[in-house]
Order: sequence, then C-alpha cells, then structure tokens
Amino acid sequence: MPMLELQDVHAYYGNIHALKGISLTVEEGEIVTLIGANGAGKTTTLRTISGLLKPRQGKVYLEGEDLDQYKAHEIVYKGVAMVPEGRGIFAKLTVAENLDMGAYSRRDKKGIAEDLERVFELFPRLKERRNQVAGTLSGGEQQMLATARALMARPRLLLMDEPSMGLAPVLVEDVFDRIMEINHEGTTILLVEQNAHMALQVAHRGYVLQTGEIVLGDTADGLRQNPMVQKAYLGME
Amino acid sequence: MSKKLAVPLLVLALFVIIVGGSWLRIFNEYWQVVFFYIGINIIMAVSLNLINGYMGEFSCGHAAFMAVGAYVSGILTVWWFAEDKVFGPPVLPASLGILLVPVAILIGGLAASFVGLLIAIPSFRTRGDYLAIITLAVNYIVKSAIENMEIIGGPRGFLGMQRVMNAITAVLDIPWLLIWTFIGGIGTIILIQRFVSSTFGKGVMAIREDEVAAGLMGVNTRWVKLIAFMVSCGLAGVAGGLFAHGPGGYINPGMFTILKSTEAMVMVYLGGMGSISGNVLSAVFFTLLLEMLRPLGVYKWVVIPLLLVLMMLFRPSGLMGSRELGDVFPQLRAWFGKEEEYAPASN
Ligand SMILES: Nc1ncnc2c1ncn2[C@@H]1O[C@H](COP(=O)(O)OP(=O)(O)OP(=O)(O)O)[C@@H](O)[C@H]1O
Ligand SMILES: [Mg+2]
Repeated sequence: MPMLELQDVHAYYGNIHALKGISLTVEEGEIVTLIGANGAGKTTTLRTISGLLKPRQGKVYLEGEDLDQYKAHEIVYKGVAMVPEGRGIFAKLTVAENLDMGAYSRRDKKGIAEDLERVFELFPRLKERRNQVAGTLSGGEQQMLATARALMARPRLLLMDEPSMGLAPVLVEDVFDRIMEINHEGTTILLVEQNAHMALQVAHRGYVLQTGEIVLGDTADGLRQNPMVQKAYLGME
Repeated sequence: MSKKLAVPLLVLALFVIIVGGSWLRIFNEYWQVVFFYIGINIIMAVSLNLINGYMGEFSCGHAAFMAVGAYVSGILTVWWFAEDKVFGPPVLPASLGILLVPVAILIGGLAASFVGLLIAIPSFRTRGDYLAIITLAVNYIVKSAIENMEIIGGPRGFLGMQRVMNAITAVLDIPWLLIWTFIGGIGTIILIQRFVSSTFGKGVMAIREDEVAAGLMGVNTRWVKLIAFMVSCGLAGVAGGLFAHGPGGYINPGMFTILKSTEAMVMVYLGGMGSISGNVLSAVFFTLLLEMLRPLGVYKWVVIPLLLVLMMLFRPSGLMGSRELGDVFPQLRAWFGKEEEYAPASN
C-alpha cells in the first residue's frame, strides 16, 4: 500500500478549477517531486493533502485511509507535516518557541527533546540562534526553521513547498543535502519545486504538473532524459 | 532567601499591608476605594490582554461582559442576603454570605463567559474584523437590554448590594471586598500566566502570528480561540461582580458603556500587548491617573486620548512591549519571565 495516494482529485477556489483530476502515489521511504510552472497547481496539491483545501471530487488516502473526514489540524496527528510556501514561521516568537510549536501535536517530552537535538544537528545555525526572534532571521535561516519546525512533529510524510525559493545557490545545495539526509533517516518526502534541476537530482520519482493536470510521471532519471522536461523545466535546448 | 519565595512573600506582604492597613483604618476610605479599583482594573486589563494582546484579535466590548457579571452576581446576592422589594426578605443567613458572595461573583463570571461563547461562535467563523464589530454591537445591546429590564431597575440601576455587604460585615467586620478583590486580581494574573505558558497558550500566540501555519502544527484554531475568549470574558464578569459589591453597592447600565471598554483597551495598549506585568503596572498607573484627573470631569477624556496618542508616538509597543518584568529584572525571571527553553544539556 502506498504511503500517499491521490485518486482523481479535483479542487476549486470558488469557480477556478485549480486541480483537474490529479492522481499520484508516494511510496514509503521515497522522495517524490512535483514540478511545474507558476500557477500549475503544485501548492494546491499540497493543500489538499494537508487538509487546508478539501477536494470537491476524488480521494486522498494516507496508508489506505481516506483523509476526507479530517481537518487540517487533525491530519498532523496522522503523521503529515508541511513546510508551507513562504515558510509561515511565527515571526514574533523565538526560534525555540517556533520549534516548540512544531511539536504541538506531541506529548512525549523525551522524544521531543531528542528531536530537538536532531534538528539542531541538522541545522547548527538554528542552535546558535535559538533565542533569536524568528522574524529577524535571514531568509535562508527562516527556511531552515520552517523545515526544522515541521520535523519537530516527527512526521512520516513531509510535504515541502519550494524549500529553495529565494535562496542563494550555495544555500540551495545545502537545503537539498538536508532533504536527502532527512529522507535517509526515514521520512518520506513529497517535494514541490521550481528548481527542477535540483529536485530531480535528489528525488526518486517525479510528476510534471501543467495547469492542474499531471502530464508526466516517471523516475527522476526518466524525467531528466525526457526532451519535453529538458526543454521546459531544465532549460536545455 | 530563595528566589522562588521572593514573589509569593511580596504578594503576601502586599496583602497584609493593603488588607491589614484598611482594616486598621490606616488607609482611609478613599484609599480603600482606590485599591479596589486598581484590583478591578488589573482583572479587566490582564483578561483583555489575552484576546487583544496574545491572540491578536480585537475585542472592544469588554465592559459588556463586566455588566453581565455585575448584574448576575448582584441579583443573586441581593436575593440571597438582603431585604428587597422584588426578591422579598433574605433567604439565607448573612454568615453564609462570607462564602456565598464570592460564589455568586464566580457564577457572574460563568454567565459572562457563556455570553462570550454565544458571541465567539459566529465571530470566529472567519478571520477579520468580525470580532471587533460584533463585540462593539454587543456592548450596546447588553446596555440597552438592561435598560429595558424594569424588574432589575432598568436605566435607574440596581441596588441592594450595600445591604448585602453590611449584613456580612455585621457578622465579622473585616474588609471582605478588598480581600476578594485581591484574590481575584492575583488569581487572574496566575491564571493568565499559566494559560499563556501552557501548550494551549502557545497555540494562542501561534494563531496571532499565522493562523494557517498554526493549524498545520496541529492547533485546533477555532477551539483555542473559543476557549481563550471564554476565559477572558469570564474574568471580566468576575471583575463586574466585584465592582457591583463595591462602595455604594449600586450599578446602572451607564457604568458599562463603550467608555468603560475603552478604559480596558487603553490599559492593555499602555501596558504592552502580550505583557502581563506591563498590564498590571498600567492598571495601577491608569487608576491613579483617573483619580488625579477626577477634578477635570469629562475633560479627562481629552487628556487620556492625548496620552494614548503620545504613547503611540514615543513607545508604540506600550510600556513593556511584550516583555515581562523578568526580562528587565533577571532576578524575577523564575516568576515573570518567558518559559526557559529546553536547550539540550550538551552545551
Ligand atoms: N486562494 C486562491 N484563490 C483563488 N485562486 C487561487 C488561490 N490560490 C491559488 N489560486 C489559483 O490556483 C492556481 C494554482 O495555484 P497554485 O498556488 O497551486 O500554483 P503553484 O503551482 O503552486 O504556483 P507557484 O509555483 O507560483 O507557487 C493558480 O491559477 C492560482 O491563481
Ligand atoms: Mg506554489
């Protein structure tokens, strides 16, 4: 049974038909990437998984369980965490308080303390700055914080919305290294990216989204070699 | 002396000075009234701070909940302990009043909190300025509802609480009201302090920062907002209940207008949104200021807004901002500071 399965998902914003029948699967232990142009529906897809938007038609299954009955705040308890687009950090709280919020859904103090150590190992910069107000962090540091905060929920499935957005090239490499590390430690990842080049390097598989529809789904290697992908998303002629 | 004990000892000392001093008439009646108002204003400011400061919503009808608490508890105690033309002779012995007047005040708080629930359900459906508009309307509605209830005195007001207090002091002559108000004020501070440093309270602040992200962390945002609002309204009801049993033992709808709500807001913004100690300081300061400006009559409402404007210009985040006394005086951190982080022990 796949970790995550979307079956013919249609989602709307008012009359705008944003997702026109998305079907995809993510297996346990995988990194799957979703690439596509601006407005293709990548964020919307993640929103329907995390419960922020309910599909009007179609189903979202997490390990076989229909998520339709759950609200966004309940889906966290099912083991799904999201690093939202634009990061959504709590600007006036400190780094430590943000991480604290990440563990809101948990009661196991010992496990939380362990995970805190783990995210500080993953992002040593956050450790140095744990008492700093999050809004004063640099963009890259805020991105680290958003990722670290999501990890504090100890998710089995991590949804990441453009983690490389607005970062300097050196930092981008770093972020993708971290993503691989998180995955190696056992977290399944669904990764939305504009930076198809990097995304296809770390992912096992990927889907290409165009105006609300999946037009292609293949292994990362397969996609990298696909002429259409090369032309439209990898900038090769 | 251990640091942990310093604050409880200070509170105890304050209690002894205020209550003891009033009992021995070291403080005259005027000062006793000032202490009483300070207590009430602390409850009003600190409770409103939960909504307008920590949660980042805008409630501007706090006096309405005060009115509910004042009338409900006033009616109960007059019915129980006083001779009244509507409720007839007292139904309970005055000696029970020592216990049951505080109970009536708490019931007033529960009633206010229930009204809060009725308002919160529609207001928190969507984000935005709904709460501000609805609470504003509720302030007017509660006032005119009371004005139209002839049985409790309508616009002329409701009295009889003085007889209740007289009956109780005839049993044992100590400053009961100041004792209850003191406990109410300290209780409010402890309750809100506990609330905001709990996991639940962290959820309240996360909602203020980013409601969607808070939901993604697992915060049931509607539920958290509802509970916080009910706690805040309930405490305003308690303040109202105490107020109703104050000097003169008389209340009327005109005491709970939007002006009263504004006073509470002024104290919150003066003290700093999201700072309990700042709000306590501003409640003390503001009460004393009102007393000093009393000779000006209505013109104090020229001076106070002016003060607010100056404040916004020179200290836009209030006296304390969102800091606590413990951040300014590290010795007090164990009591008033932000919670210590669980930093790994390795460093
Ligand atoms: N809140 C909204 N209300 C109305 N339309 C929306 C809303 N959010 C997104 N849309 C529309 O839905 C479509 C898909 O948007 P979505 O945010 O999913 O795109 P995306 O693939 O994440 O794009 P980007 O790479 O720019 O982030 C777009 O046409 C967008 O204009
Ligand atoms: Mg997007």
